[in-house]
Amino acid sequence: MTVDIACVGFGPAMGGFLTMLSRCLLNADGSVRLESAMSPGLPLQVICYERGDGLGFGVSGAVTRARGIRSSFPGVDLTEIPMAAAVKKEKLVYLLDPTRASRRSLAFKAADRVLRSFGFLFGLKHDAFELPYTPLFMKKHDGLVLSLGQFNQWVSDQVAASGMVQIWPGMPVAGPLIEGDAVAGVRLADQGTDLQGHPQTGFTPGMDLRAALTVVGDGPVGAVGRKIDAQLGMPPEHGSREWALGMKMVVELRDDSGLEPGTVLHTIGFPEPEIFGFLYVHPDRLASVGIFVPSWFRSPVRTAYRYLQHFMLHPYLWRYLEGGTLKSWGAKSLQESGRHGEPFLAGNGYARIGEGSGSTNVLAGSGVDEAWTTGVQLAEAVIELAEQKRAFTRENLEGSYVRRRRESWVDRESKIAVDSRNGFQQGVVTGMIGMAVAGLTGGRVTPAARPAPSHLPTLEEGYGSRISPAELKQMQEECAAKGTPLHDRIMDRCGWPQIPMDGKLLISHQDALLMGGGVQAAPGYANHVSFRRPELCGACETKLCVEMCSGQAITRGEEGVPTFDREKCVYCGACLWNCAADGDGAQGNIEFKAGAGGLHSALN
Amino acid sequence: MTNGYHIVVCGSIVPDPLQTLEPIQTPTGPALKNEMMLPAVLDPWAAHALYEAANLASKAAGTKVWLVSVGPKAKLQQVMMTIAQRVSFELVPVDSSASGFADAHSTAALLAETIQGIAGLDRSRLLVFGGWESASRGAGATMQLVGERLEILDQFQGVDQLSVQADGSFEVLERIEGGRHQVSVCQGPPALFGWATGNLPEPRNNPQVGMANMRTVMPALQRAKSVPLADGGLHFLSASPPKQQRQTRVVKDLSAEQIAQEIAEWIGK
Repeated sequence: MTVDIACVGFGPAMGGFLTMLSRCLLNADGSVRLESAMSPGLPLQVICYERGDGLGFGVSGAVTRARGIRSSFPGVDLTEIPMAAAVKKEKLVYLLDPTRASRRSLAFKAADRVLRSFGFLFGLKHDAFELPYTPLFMKKHDGLVLSLGQFNQWVSDQVAASGMVQIWPGMPVAGPLIEGDAVAGVRLADQGTDLQGHPQTGFTPGMDLRAALTVVGDGPVGAVGRKIDAQLGMPPEHGSREWALGMKMVVELRDDSGLEPGTVLHTIGFPEPEIFGFLYVHPDRLASVGIFVPSWFRSPVRTAYRYLQHFMLHPYLWRYLEGGTLKSWGAKSLQESGRHGEPFLAGNGYARIGEGSGSTNVLAGSGVDEAWTTGVQLAEAVIELAEQKRAFTRENLEGSYVRRRRESWVDRESKIAVDSRNGFQQGVVTGMIGMAVAGLTGGRVTPAARPAPSHLPTLEEGYGSRISPAELKQMQEECAAKGTPLHDRIMDRCGWPQIPMDGKLLISHQDALLMGGGVQAAPGYANHVSFRRPELCGACETKLCVEMCSGQAITRGEEGVPTFDREKCVYCGACLWNCAADGDGAQGNIEFKAGAGGLHSALN
Repeated sequence: MTNGYHIVVCGSIVPDPLQTLEPIQTPTGPALKNEMMLPAVLDPWAAHALYEAANLASKAAGTKVWLVSVGPKAKLQQVMMTIAQRVSFELVPVDSSASGFADAHSTAALLAETIQGIAGLDRSRLLVFGGWESASRGAGATMQLVGERLEILDQFQGVDQLSVQADGSFEVLERIEGGRHQVSVCQGPPALFGWATGNLPEPRNNPQVGMANMRTVMPALQRAKSVPLADGGLHFLSASPPKQQRQTRVVKDLSAEQIAQEIAEWIGK
C-alpha cells in the first residue's frame, strides 16, 4: 500500500503535526490545497499508526507551560480539556527521610541534620522544607496541568473528525523500510503468530506501507526510531545514555484534602536523593502523583513501584493523599539525554519529531510542549515543500523543518539545557549544583564534561556496608528459587518499613495493574521482549530488568534467564535501558520490539 | 443462489471492560461517573455479530454490511478507529445516548426507525444482526423489539452459528439450557439474529480495509443526526455495580499450592 505520508506513534508531537497539517490540506472553498502525488486529485494521503490500543492510553500526567500548544489553538480555553487546570500554585519541596532507610550521602545527611536541628528557623513541617522560591528555569507558573491521556484523546478527536488524516490505534509498526540511505515507509507487525513469532492460523504478514515521507514520533523506545538510529547512525558524540522511569498514579483525593486544582509540587530528597517526585492537582479532586527513577541512581536493585509507595507515604504528601483512591496507574521511560540524544532530525524520506528526536528540555524538566512544537514545525515544513512540489529529501527537510527547529525557542532553550545535567553522573549534589548554575547563568556555566555512566555497583559494592556478603548471597539464592525480585528483600533488610496496605491506594503491585486501568495484550502477536543471548542473562548478577520492570512482566526464570509475560507489560521500556549485559545499558541483551497492547487507561 | 444479503448490524459502544465503573445519580437519572472520559469499545456481543456479518459477506458475493450505531458521536469516532480496520462496513451513526440505563423500547424504536431509513435497503435480502445480550444494556430485549418493529417474524436469539444451505435456507444454532443448541431451519431473509459469542476469532487489522472504510465512516459521522433518546417512562430506584470483594494480603513465603488452597478456602467462605 502506498500513501504520501506515513506516521508512527501518536503522542503530543504527532498531535501537533497532524493538527497543523490537517488544517491545511484543503482550501477554504473545499478544493485541494496540498495534492497527493499518489492519488492525484485528492489531498495528501496521510496515515498514522499507534501501537497502543487507544490514542489516550498509557501516557503520563504533566505540567507544561503550553506555549506551543496554546499558539496552535488561539481563542480556545485549554482548561476545558478534561482533567486540565491552569497552574495556580507551584512549590519546590525538599523531603527529609522519615524512615532513616534512604541511601543518603554525607551531604544529604548533614542537610537533614541541620534542617531538623534548626527547623524552627526554616519553617520545617511534616519532615519537609518548602524552598522559598522555585527557580525560574523550572517554573510552570503560566502553564497547565494536563492528563496526557485526555489531552491526546482531545487532540485526536479533532484531527480524526476533520476526516483529513487517518489514525489507527492498536497497530504496531515493526520497523522502517530502509533503502540505501533513505526511508521508504514502514512495515507493520506480523499478525496471527504465536508468542515466538511463528505463523499460526490466520497469519497475516506485516504489510509494507510505502510513503514519500515517514514521520517518526514513536518516542524514545519506539522500534522505528531505534532501528533508524541503528542502521543510519547518530550524529557524532550523540547517544541516549541518560534515562529515567516515570511511574505515577492518578488518585481521587478525599473531599477535604485541601488541595486546589492547579497546585504543582516538585520534590527532591526522598525516597532516595536521586529520585525526584511530583504531585499535580487536576479538577474534580484528582491528582497525579509520581516519581522519576533515573539511570544515575546507581543501586543494583533500583526499582520504582515500592519507592512510589514510600514517596506517597511521606508525611508531607500523605496528609493530602490519605483516604484517597487509586484511579489509574502507569509508567513510562523518559529520554533524559535531551539534546545529547538528538538523532539526525531528517534524512531522505523521513523526519523525527518529539521526545525520540531529543526535544525534551532536561533543565526545565519539560517535554510535552517541546514535542508538540517540533510536530508543528514539521507540519509547516511539509506544507511548504508540498506547495512547492519539492521532494522530501534530506536537503529539503533540513532547509525547511530543521531550519525552523533551529530558529525556534525549543532549540534556543535546549542549548541552554544541553550540559546542565552532566554533574549527575558524579553524584546528586554535584548534579543539582550543576543544574542550578546552568539555569541561573542561562547555560553559560555548566559542568564541563559529560562522563560516561560508570558500571552499576555489584550487590556487594552497593549494599555490603549494610548486609554481609553471606546474607546477600542467601537472599539472592532464595529470590532466585522463588522467582521473585530482590529489591523487596533488600529494602526490608535496610529498614524500609512495610507498606500498610489499605486496599484503595496502598495496594500490591499486581493490584495496581488490575485497578489502575488494566493491562491487555491482544492475541496473535509475538512477544515484543526477548533475551538475545540467554547465557548472558544466566551470568547476570543483578538482573535489573526484573527489578525495574514496571508491571512485573519480567520475572526470574529457570537457570537465571528471565521470562516475559506480555499480558503484564505496560510498554514502559525500562528493561531496555536497565539491561546491564554490556555495561553501559545503551545496547543490552534485550530485544525490545513494537508490541501490541499495554495499559487501558485514559486518565493517565 | 443469492445475489448477496443486506446485513444490518446493530451495535453500539460500552466502556472498556477493563475500567472500574462507578454509578452516580444525575438530574436525568443514573449514569456512570466520567463516562465520556472512559475509553470505550464496541459492545463485545455486537462485535461478534459484526464479525459474523463480515464472514457471511465474504462467502456471499454481492452482500453489503451496514453498522447502525447509537451513541455519542465523539465516542463512536474513537471506537471506529479500531473497528474500521478489521471488517468492511458502512456506518450509519446516530448521535445519541449509549448509556446502559437507556430504555430498551426507546433504543429499539430508534434503531428500527434508522434501519428503515437506510437508502437502498432491500427487505427481501435483509438480515438484521445484533448482540443477543449487551455489556451495558443487559435486558437482552432490544434486538427482539427491533425485529418486532420491523415486522420480521423469523427471529433467533443466542445464536452461535448460522450456515447457509445449498437451497438458500439457513440452519441456525441457538443456545438453550444445559449447554446445548437448538437447531432450526429458516427459509431465508428477512430474518433477525441476536448473536451469542459465535465461533469466529477477532479479525486481524487490515490497513486496506481501514483506508476504504474511513472514506465513508468520517463523512457519516459528520452527518450524524443528534437524536435524544426517550426515557420511555423508565424510572430507576437505585443503581450499583455488581458486588465485589477485594482483599489483599502480601505473602512472600507461600508456595503456589498453598496460595491456591487459601484462595479456595476464601471463596468457600
